[in-house]
Order: sequence, then C-alpha cells, then structure tokens
Amino acid sequence: MDLNSFWFILITVLFIGFFFLEGFDYGVGILLPFLGKNDADRRVIISSIGPFWDGNEVWLLTAGGAMFAAFPNWYATMFSGFYLALVLVLVALILRGVAFEFRSRDESPKWRSFWDWMIFIGSFLPALLWGVAITNIIEGVPIDDKMNYTGGFWNLLNPYALLGGLTFLALFTLYGAIFLSLKTEGEIMERAFKVAAKLWIPTVVLVVGFVAGGYLATDIFTRLGVNPGIAPVGAAAALLSVGWFLKIRRSGWAFIMTALTIILATFTIFQGLYPRVMISSSNPEWSLTVYNASSSPYTLGVMSWVAVSLVPIVVGYQAWNYWVFRHRVGHHSGSHL
Amino acid sequence: MDGLLLARWQFGITTVYHFFFVPLTLGLSLLVAIMETMYVRTGNEIYRKMTQFWGRLFLINFAMGVVTGIVQEFQFGMNWSQYSRFVGDIFGAPLAIEALLSFFLESTFLGIWIFGWDKLSKGLHLVTIWLVVLGSNLSALWILIANSFMQQPVGYTLRNGRAEMTDFGALLTNPNVWVQFPHVFMSGLVTASFFVLGISAYNLLKKKGNLELFRHSVNIGIVAALIGTILVAMIGHTQGQHMVQTQPMKMAAAEALWDSESPAAFSVFTIGDEKTRSDVFAIKIPTLLSVLSYNQLTGEVKGINNLQAEYEKKYGPGDYVPPVWLTYWSFRGMVGAGTVMVLLALYGLFLILRKRLEQRTWFLRLLILAIALPYLANSTGWLLSEIGRQPWIVFGVMKTNDAVSPTVGGEAVLLSLVIFTLLYGILAGADVYLIAKYAKGDNEAGSGLEETPMAGAY
Ligand code: HDD
Ligand code: HEM
Ligand code: HEM
Repeated sequence: MDLNSFWFILITVLFIGFFFLEGFDYGVGILLPFLGKNDADRRVIISSIGPFWDGNEVWLLTAGGAMFAAFPNWYATMFSGFYLALVLVLVALILRGVAFEFRSRDESPKWRSFWDWMIFIGSFLPALLWGVAITNIIEGVPIDDKMNYTGGFWNLLNPYALLGGLTFLALFTLYGAIFLSLKTEGEIMERAFKVAAKLWIPTVVLVVGFVAGGYLATDIFTRLGVNPGIAPVGAAAALLSVGWFLKIRRSGWAFIMTALTIILATFTIFQGLYPRVMISSSNPEWSLTVYNASSSPYTLGVMSWVAVSLVPIVVGYQAWNYWVFRHRVGHHSGSHL
Repeated sequence: MDGLLLARWQFGITTVYHFFFVPLTLGLSLLVAIMETMYVRTGNEIYRKMTQFWGRLFLINFAMGVVTGIVQEFQFGMNWSQYSRFVGDIFGAPLAIEALLSFFLESTFLGIWIFGWDKLSKGLHLVTIWLVVLGSNLSALWILIANSFMQQPVGYTLRNGRAEMTDFGALLTNPNVWVQFPHVFMSGLVTASFFVLGISAYNLLKKKGNLELFRHSVNIGIVAALIGTILVAMIGHTQGQHMVQTQPMKMAAAEALWDSESPAAFSVFTIGDEKTRSDVFAIKIPTLLSVLSYNQLTGEVKGINNLQAEYEKKYGPGDYVPPVWLTYWSFRGMVGAGTVMVLLALYGLFLILRKRLEQRTWFLRLLILAIALPYLANSTGWLLSEIGRQPWIVFGVMKTNDAVSPTVGGEAVLLSLVIFTLLYGILAGADVYLIAKYAKGDNEAGSGLEETPMAGAY
C-alpha cells in the first residue's frame, strides 16, 4: 500500500474516532433540555460528558489538521467550498464549548437556561451539518479544473444532503440517549431509556432512506457491488440489534452496537469514496483524489512516523480517562471546582 | 467587495482575540501547577485553596481559548485556500502535530484534573495538571514552528508549483523558533503573574475574603513577574537582533528608519510622513540602534528606501514596505508596556521585602490597572510580527495578495466577519463578567463546595 492510501485510512480512522466519541456528546447535548426536568437533572446530564467532551472534540481538530498536512488540496477545497456551512458549525461549537464552562457559574435561572439552549443548538447544528457535509462529499459537488468549489451555499442543502443530515442527527441523538441510560441513574436513566426506545424506529427508517437514496444519488453503494462486504452488512445488523437490546434493557450492549453502527457506516462511506476525496460533479476528471490532492512523499513519510507513534498513546490515555470516570453520575457526585 | 481586505480583517481580529486567552493559559497553568505542587509537598490547606481559586479563573479563561482556537484551525482552509495549497506540504505538518501531540494532551488531562479531585490520589492528580502545562506549552511550540516558517522559511524547495518540505529537522531547528518560543513562553508567564498580582491587589485593598491566600499569591506572583519581565525583555532584544538579520524591513519599519544609517540612531518618538518617507518630528538617540542590533557602536542598519530598492531588484516591481505607522507604534507599545512592568515588578518586590505592600494603597490600585499591560504588549507584539512582515505571507516566498481563497466571495466573508465579531464581543462580556465575579475573594466558592451535592464544574 502506498503512503497516500495509508493516509486516507488514517484520516478515515480520525473521522471514525470523531463520530464514535463526539457522536454521543452531541446526542447528550441535544437531549439536555428535554431529559433534564430541573437544574439538578441538567447538571447530572452535562456532567456525564463533562470530563470527555473536549478530548472528543480534538478528534475533529486532528482530522482537520491531518487533512491539511496530508491532503492540503482536500483541506483547501472543502473548507473554502463549504464556507458558510462551516461558519455555522464554528458558531455552534463556540457557543457549545463556552456554555459547558459558563452555565453553572451563575445561579440565575435565566443565565442557566440560556446556556442550556446554547448547548442544545451547539450540538444540534453540527450533528446535522456534518451529515450534510459528508453526504455532499459522496454525492459530488461542483469543482472546477483548478480544484475550486464553484457552487454556492444553497447547493449544499439539496434534498439528499438534508436527508443525510437528518440521518446523522437521528443516529447521534439515539446514541446520546443510550449513553445517558448507561451513565446516569434513577429517573434520568429511565427517561433516557424511553427516549432511546422511541428514537430507534425513526432512526432505522432514516438510515434505510439514506442508503436507498445513496443508490440513486451516489455511486458509493453501487460501487460496492452485489456482495458489499462485511462493513455495511455489519452496520445494518448492529443497528437492528440495538432495538432488541433496548427492549431487554441492556444499555451496555445497545451502546456497543450503536457505536459499531457508526464505526462501520463511516468506514463504508470512506471505502466507497476511495481513491477520491472530493468528487467533482462538473467533470469526474476534476475530482480530487488521494494522489492529486496529497502532500509530497517526504511529508507523508514524516507524518506517518509521527502518527504511528502518537495515535496509540492518545488512545491509551483517553481510554484511561474513560476508565477513571466509568461510574454512573448521580445527584450526589461531586467535584470541587 | 474586497474579499482580501475582509479576510485579513477577519484573520487579524480572530487571531488577536484568540491570543487574548492563550498567554494566560500558558502562564496560569504553570502557576496553578506550582501551587498544587506546594500543596502536595507541604500539605498546607492554603495552597489547596489557592490552587482552586486560581484554577477556577484558569478554567473560565481556558474555555475561551479553546473555542476561539477551533476557528483558527479551520480558517486557513476557509479564507486562505491558495495559501493552504501552496505551503500545505510544510505548514500542515506542525498544525497536525500540534493537535495530535498537545491538544489531546491538554484537553484530556484537564478534564481529568477538573473532575478528578476525589477520584485520584493527590500525587496522580498533581501529575495531570503538569501534563496540562506541558500540553499547552507544546501547543505554543508547534504553532510557532508553523509561524516561524512564515517569518523565516527553511527546509523547503519550490517544486510542482508549490513549496515542498525537504527537511523536517530544519523546520524544528529554525533559528526563528528558538527566539520566538522563549519570548512567547515568557510573555505567558508575565501575563499570568500580572493577572495574579492585580486580582490579589484588589482583594487586599478591599480586605475581603481569605487575605492569607492573596498574600501568598502575591509572593508567587511577584517572583514570576520579575523573572518573566526581565527575561521577556532580554529575549526580545535577541529577537530584535534576529529580525535585523532575517527581516530587515520589519526593523526599518519598526524604527521608521527611512534611509540606511551607520551607526544608526534609535527613535524615541517619531511622527513621520509615510507618503514622502520623511520625518515630520523626531527625537532620536544617536548610535543606539546599532548597539541594539549588533551589541557594538558601529554597524549599518538598513533603511526603508534602500531595502525597497534592493527588494525590487530581487523580487521584481512592487511595494515592499509594510504599514510603517502601525509597525512603529506597535513596537513602542510592546516595549513601553514591558518597561513599565519591569519597574512595577521591581518596586513590588521592594515593598514586599520591606513588608509595606499593603500600606501602599496607590500601588495596589496601580497593580489592578496593570492587568491590562501584558494584554497590550501581547497584541502589539503580534501586530509588529505579522504586519511588519507584509506584503509577504511567507517572507520572500508568497505574498498575502496571492494567498486568499479565490472562490469565497466578499459578501460571504463580510457576513462571517460580522458574525464572529458580534459573537466574540458578546462572549468577551460574559467572560469578563465571570472573571470579575470569581476574582472577588468573598466569592471564594471553593470553600463550601464540598458539601453541596453536584456542585462543581458543569
Ligand atoms: C508580555 C508580553 C511582551 C513583552 C513585555 C514584550 N514582548 Fe516582544 N512580543 C510579544 C510579547 C511581549 C509577543 C506577543 O509574544 C510576540 C509576538 C510574536 C512573538 O514572537 O512574540 C512579540 C514579538 C516581539 C518581536 C518581533 C519578532 C519578529 O517578528 O520577528 C520583537 C523584536 C520583540 N517582541 C521584542 C521585545 C522587546 C525588545 C521587549 C522589551 C521589553 C519585548 N519584546 C517585550
Ligand atoms: C502560528 C501562528 C500564526 C499564523 C500561522 C499566522 C498566520 C497569518 C496569516 C496567514 C496572515 C495573513 C493574513 C493577513 O495578512 O491578514 C497573518 C496576518 C496577521 N496575523 Fe498572524 N498568524 C499567527 C499568529 C498570529 C497571532 C498569535 C496573532 C495575534 C495575536 C496574529 C495576528 C495577525 C494579524 C493582526 C494579521 C493581519 C496582518 C495584516 O492584515 O496586514 N498572528 N497571520
Ligand atoms: C493562528 C494559528 C493558530 C491555530 C490554528 C490555533 C489553533 C488552536 C486550537 C484549535 C485550539 C483549541 C484546542 C483544544 O480544543 O483544546 C487552540 C488553543 C490553544 N492555542 Fe491556538 N491556535 C493558533 C494560534 C496560537 C498561538 C500563536 C499560540 C501560542 C503561542 C496558541 C496556543 C494555544 C494554546 C496554548 C491553546 C490552549 C487553550 C487555550 O489557549 O486556552 N495558539 N489553538
């Protein structure tokens, strides 16, 4: 395998890490105003992701940085092309990040409810917009021979992309509900279970719609052929099993299976994309690929050493983080800052 | 609409704003780690309270640094896509390493530090804050490796219509990094120490809250301030000498030196006319600029006119003069603030040693106002660095004009500029409100917290 393909895989891994971890974070943020009936509840809900959310978000920053380092043309085309959509994502992420830190620092109910809604918006918008962005990438967008995106903002909001956005949104919300049922106790846990059970069917419907639409609007699934391989089939099976595990109230398994769905689905999408990284709908010849968008072999080589030595360490200490805070969070868990 | 101009404004505003929070993160994480170390070693409760008091302010500031940093990470692609394509082969690497090596480290261990007070042993908890210190300073190092390439490009070749990396080691040993990073590190220490001094002074003045806590804080703060201000000035001097070698035009602009002089005079105060490139009014000290530049009484320092002629020959026709007025006054702002801070630190130490600090209420008041000085020095320092480099985005290699995204329209940039400016303005209000609230000693929320259920971060 050449270095270009290796880096494509690494970036796939970073996006998988991002959706796998930040996915439930977003879900928890989206459910916050609905599952938290009072201030104490909402603090429990936020604290369930308190020690994790920032570390999770860095997966996105690293994916962005790695795109820049390994495929500068991909980074340049996508980030300048999706300009206004990214401005929205940034605004959302800014509000969300400060809201976590600021909301409990003042007792006024107005202050708190304002920031709680910012957490909601800050989680809702990115969940939706990442779905829209990924769908656009597999659908193809107008790109000229200079690798510049020539469409506008509204191009990005085509029906199939919106369907993709909703699918991500539903999946992450379900994921967040299951995470909460695993990490909280008492009434909040009960409510989380109920919501998860209610969300499962709509999520399945959206996913089916997304895949069906994919056959019409993209070549991602057709390229996989009659025998699509283990990843998409596994994703489907995992998602179906979630319903069963929710029914028998095994939130641990439901969580693992949702995570597996997200991981395998992301993998499938990137597999279908390869070796392209941005598909040009203007002319297939103008698509960006792992070859014409990449850095020099020297840079890819240096960065491979860096990534191969650092990624395992990061995974190690993040796992330790989850281990330290593995217990359920309740009204009496405390911290001193 | 001029997309380039708007993109530059947006970059300038968002980056300067990001750098309001970064130096305090760099320095205050270090001071908090030192406080916690003293707590673990002595077992003295006052140090735990200090750790928590300053730790809380640290967190409020940190959140702002994080969220504004995300904008930075995306902005190169969004607004400077031609730049990203042209130098991405080199510039992307340190950015990716920064995220992988430092952002993960600091964000993960900060999460553990905040929530881990009862979950970890004292020693392990202490380790987590030191890892945060390491992470944030590594992050500064890697971003400055990226920035240094823009100031002094090394380890690359022009190939395939872009700049490609040929020597990663050269990027790391770029001489510019090793004057820039120590200067930035020390500016962080200065920022944090004046923050601690100012807030402690406020509480000592009001005689509110746990005065013992603030007395101890002042002691730590004054030592840090003294070390920091003296070193930042000394390193700054070296940096100036480096600048004369690598970017003489920046120094010429910073001194409003129109024509070469040998030996060169140092400008104390110049009002100049940029159009005719001449002084309207100037106070100068003969030979001093040569002394500053070369540590000796002789030596030519090149002037703007001479350099312009030289660059036209080398790079072709064009205007190679940065905005002189801004560069000149930025330099004065930074050095002026730095000098005042050295004096404040010296006098503060004198008062503390003679146990007179709390009687000198005028000095305590002055310390409160002095919180603004490092912010002034940091912002003007970067204005000098970045604006003094214009018209280049990468010195001698690429011009800022050629770097902007060709397909992002002026309207889109205007919209984002307005959105970010408004949002940042509102957040600044909320941030200052919270810092002021938690800076008050009688609001020492740490003391009673342990008993209240679910009290704590988030
Ligand atoms: C508390 C903050 C602070 C203080 C007191 C000073 N500086 Fe500074 N300076 C910075 C904070 C800073 C900075 C914001 O951190 C910069 C911007 C880029 C950099 O490397 O550091 C900077 C840049 C910077 C540069 C530009 C380097 C370049 O672009 O190549 C020079 C020449 C100096 N400084 C010199 C000085 C001198 C002679 C000082 C004497 C008092 C001084 N600085 C005090
Ligand atoms: C590694 C760090 C940095 C990088 C890579 C970087 C990169 C850039 C780029 C791409 C530009 C060109 C755009 C323009 O001309 O406006 C620029 C200019 C600028 N940068 Fe930096 N910068 C860095 C650090 C900083 C910091 C920390 C500050 C301030 C706190 C800063 C302040 C500015 C300003 C004010 C401009 C505007 C100059 C002008 O418009 O003439 N930069 N920088
Ligand atoms: C213009 C280029 C810059 C980019 C792309 C950038 C990027 C970022 C990002 C993405 C974060 C958030 C990290 C997190 O989530 O934990 C961040 C925070 C941070 N950045 Fe920047 N940054 C820039 C300029 C600088 C400069 C010039 C410095 C230091 C000299 C710096 C130092 C830091 C530090 C220490 C943090 C930690 C959080 C905090 O400051 O509060 N950054 N930066």
